[in-house]
Amino acid sequence: MRLAPLLLAAVCAAVYAGEIPLAERRSGYEFMGPQTRAMQDDEATSPALFWLMDGETLWNGGRASCASCHGDARESMKGVATRYPRVVGGKLVNLEQRINACRVERQKAVPYPYESKELLALTAYVGRQSRGLPIALEADAATQRYIDAGRERFERPQGQLNLACAQCHDDNWGKSLAGTPVPQAHPTGYPLYRLEWQSLGSLERRLRNCMIGVRAEPYAYGAPEMVELELYLMWRARGMKLETPAVRP
Amino acid sequence: MARVAVTVPASAKRGEVIEIKTLAEHAMENGFRRTQTGELIPRDIITQFSCSYNGVEVFRAELHPAVAANPLITFTTVATESGTLEFKWTGDNGYVATHSAKIAVA
Amino acid sequence: MTSRRRFIALAAGAFAAGKARAQLDPNIAAKRRAALDAALRKVTGGAPVRPGKVKLEVPPLVDNGNAVPVTVTVDSPMTQAEHVKAIHLFTEKNPQPYVLSAQLGPRAGRARLATRARIADSGKVIAIAELADGSYWSHEVSVIVTLSACLEDGLI
Repeated sequence: MRLAPLLLAAVCAAVYAGEIPLAERRSGYEFMGPQTRAMQDDEATSPALFWLMDGETLWNGGRASCASCHGDARESMKGVATRYPRVVGGKLVNLEQRINACRVERQKAVPYPYESKELLALTAYVGRQSRGLPIALEADAATQRYIDAGRERFERPQGQLNLACAQCHDDNWGKSLAGTPVPQAHPTGYPLYRLEWQSLGSLERRLRNCMIGVRAEPYAYGAPEMVELELYLMWRARGMKLETPAVRP
Repeated sequence: MARVAVTVPASAKRGEVIEIKTLAEHAMENGFRRTQTGELIPRDIITQFSCSYNGVEVFRAELHPAVAANPLITFTTVATESGTLEFKWTGDNGYVATHSAKIAVA
Repeated sequence: MTSRRRFIALAAGAFAAGKARAQLDPNIAAKRRAALDAALRKVTGGAPVRPGKVKLEVPPLVDNGNAVPVTVTVDSPMTQAEHVKAIHLFTEKNPQPYVLSAQLGPRAGRARLATRARIADSGKVIAIAELADGSYWSHEVSVIVTLSACLEDGLI
């Protein structure tokens, strides 16, 4: 029975084979067919277009508009989305929360609800100004513990199916799950138009989908555990180009 | 007003075949989906699209529930003369959307 | 023991029969094929449809059935004498067979049309071109449609 501990060690090693090496990282874009990629590339006919148009209107409109402080988003917002989530005022926030904080504090307005058309449009519009730029998150004194917390959530088995994100997305990416390729799960294009939703949606919506998929209790929108996971995922994708707003199946 | 996005060149050579890409913002509710409690969600789609060139219809399409949400229609037309291209979408529940674009043909 | 088993078998049978009527219609494939044939006949008036001249481009493995890019090109000079009058698109397995019908003419310059279709299930996509001389031509492509791995189950 000397085989048993060896087998056990082999299984454990297989299950937690570890992070994808930086050189092997591939965006979800590469797992799609050429026609779906074309939907993302041709911005004039991308289904995400209307959210971008809305975002531009929201940026420029109203009393105390974003533009009144930040001017032309194409200049002022360039690179911004590549640096979120980040620690602002001692708290880890994602881009949606940062936009809402601005609304409340500077525009004296009511925050947009999560997944509302307005919040998606503004986040997509801001994100679009960083399209093509590398994700610029690095671990530092402020973010290290959040990255570690996020990594721990990524590697912990959860839900009734008792699956960890890492088991599919680190260890079995590229293989098929029910006829669909398993991507590496890099959030390189959020908010994105998901064909399954027939709508633009946020990274948080997608993560909740995944958690429902393994029959786990999904994290609430905006919850600290959710933002930590987002930070870990963005940090894991550091250096990869942002594709916002992407198109995905 | 209902939103659309049209990509058409602003100018062309006489006789050139130009490509026109059109996108309309519409959920295209197909009438086959049900709510959580089992009720049928009624159909609500764009049913017609047409393009006129200086008042003459040059393209028309009939859409059915099997056209995807935010319908894309890409077609071609010959640049015959300078003028205006008018685009019109109509659909269920009184939906109407229009767009016009000027084209300079030399 | 026997009578309880019999009761369960009867109950299961009744339940299955009820469900079958509602959703698991064993004839659904035949019904959809019949609807497709009727639609084709309506569009062509019963005229013969020949394979050829039409090129239907659609991904053979569909990323997501909610939006499938489809392009139809027809080999035609698009002159007054010889042109494509209409292009029709159908699917085999959708709840209803029509996708889109477009009216063209010599002013189109080229017989080329692109759109995005909803395709519910693996099966054929069919493009039919109606020419000015009254002839009908077609191209059929079989596609495979898979479901997304992780769905929302109505909870957003």
